[in-house]
Amino acid sequence: MGVPFDRAARYFLLADFLEGFRLGMKYFFKPKATLNYPHEKGPLSPRFRGEHALRRYANGEERCIACKLCEAICPAQAITIDAEPRADGSRRTTRYDIDMTKCIYCGFCQEACPVDAIVEGPNFEFSTETREELYYTKEKLLENGDRWESEIARNLELDAPYR
Amino acid sequence: MDAFLDSGLGIFTIILLQCLAVTVFILVCLAFLMYADRKVWAAVQLRRGPNVVGPWGLMQSFADFLKYIVKEIVVPAGADKTLFFIAPMISFVLPVIVWAVIPWSDGWVISDMNVGILFIFAISSMHVYAIIIGGWASNSKYPFLGALRSAAQMISYEVSLGLIIVGVLISAGTLNLSRIVLAQEGDWGLLSWFWLPHLPMVVLFFISALAETNRPPFDLPEAEAELVAGYQVEYSSTPFLLFMVGELMSVFFMCALMAVLFFGGWLSPIPGLPDGAFWMFAKMTLIFFVISMVKAIVPRYRYDQLMRIGWKVFLPLSLGWVALVGLFAQYGWFWGAYQRWAIGG
Repeated sequence: MGVPFDRAARYFLLADFLEGFRLGMKYFFKPKATLNYPHEKGPLSPRFRGEHALRRYANGEERCIACKLCEAICPAQAITIDAEPRADGSRRTTRYDIDMTKCIYCGFCQEACPVDAIVEGPNFEFSTETREELYYTKEKLLENGDRWESEIARNLELDAPYR
Repeated sequence: MDAFLDSGLGIFTIILLQCLAVTVFILVCLAFLMYADRKVWAAVQLRRGPNVVGPWGLMQSFADFLKYIVKEIVVPAGADKTLFFIAPMISFVLPVIVWAVIPWSDGWVISDMNVGILFIFAISSMHVYAIIIGGWASNSKYPFLGALRSAAQMISYEVSLGLIIVGVLISAGTLNLSRIVLAQEGDWGLLSWFWLPHLPMVVLFFISALAETNRPPFDLPEAEAELVAGYQVEYSSTPFLLFMVGELMSVFFMCALMAVLFFGGWLSPIPGLPDGAFWMFAKMTLIFFVISMVKAIVPRYRYDQLMRIGWKVFLPLSLGWVALVGLFAQYGWFWGAYQRWAIGG
């Protein structure tokens, strides 16, 4: 005969559709997989590479010593640093800019930094209305460092055993 | 007061108010059905769906409505301006008109005409013009392809849709929608309705209705993966809204038609419970839920598959069924289940 009766029966009885409907109803009542985003947020790894920040020592002195390792390693060439000796003779940056529109968030600057000054913090919600606002200056980065210091310090501590 | 109501102007006013009441009711229903549709779709995909505007996101459709209204209307430079704006109007007005013959309850119908089914077919077969005109007037490639697809699709499935209804008409013996519902009245509640003797045709009608209204899985005229948005590509703002509302309204109308033809309209499913518009509405909503589920679970058909099903499966099946029903009705087989003529015999 060669007539595929099984297939014909499944076709005309809409077996696949009924099975699909059953599966659909099963998923219909399952708990939702998505988060209610602005109100709920997913967990972040301590290694999460988000918005940049420049950190300070506990006494308020900025950590960055203007070694320019981050500028050198930055694959996107997003970092621009100018430096000269300060009045007390220490070497400090006069300019530390990160173009966030160039940055690829690879985290190499954080890896390269010998004093843990430039870090990528846990913040990923820093969208702006203009491109100009995404050109971060030293002031902006230091302000980020002050704002996120507790989270950044905790993340560095949690990640330290694996470094 | 009575004198006014009996005068020509009074009757005109009453009919106008009835039309307004039905239209407003349908439009408000559509707003929530749109929301329900998205929620069902989201739930099957383990998403949450709209839940921000209003409690549980219930006001989402109204927010969307406002958004569409205040957006800029973009008319393509090469478009035929008159036709470009006529198309969405046709698309919106035609599905509104057909509601005139849908009976919500015994006597709750704007126009209780004896050729109700014919009227519905005359109006809804013109709906394809809106899409063709819209696609052509846009003067662009994707809309034109979408319009061509929809022309062939809607005409193909109207043929089988018509034949499917003929079976019911033979059983009911009338073209009047209210009478068709009354012909399904019986001692057995939901078992006396036409869905049982005409079960294969219920399935066929459902699938044809999906194809006729360009609903997924037969939304080829606007297949976003292939044609971006088909005939709607060049439309924005209010014209787009009119297309969308018109489409959803014809989907909801198909639900109403199915409820009337196969599921006993306003009749109560359990003998003893009172009949009424509530049952009609509940049935329509239930059918709409199934349509939403189909959207969520069935992948889109390829165009040749669509045509194959329409002409090689549905047409012979429905034609054969008409012949069978004619035979059953003539000789009163199956305990007269197929000869429940509402008038005469």
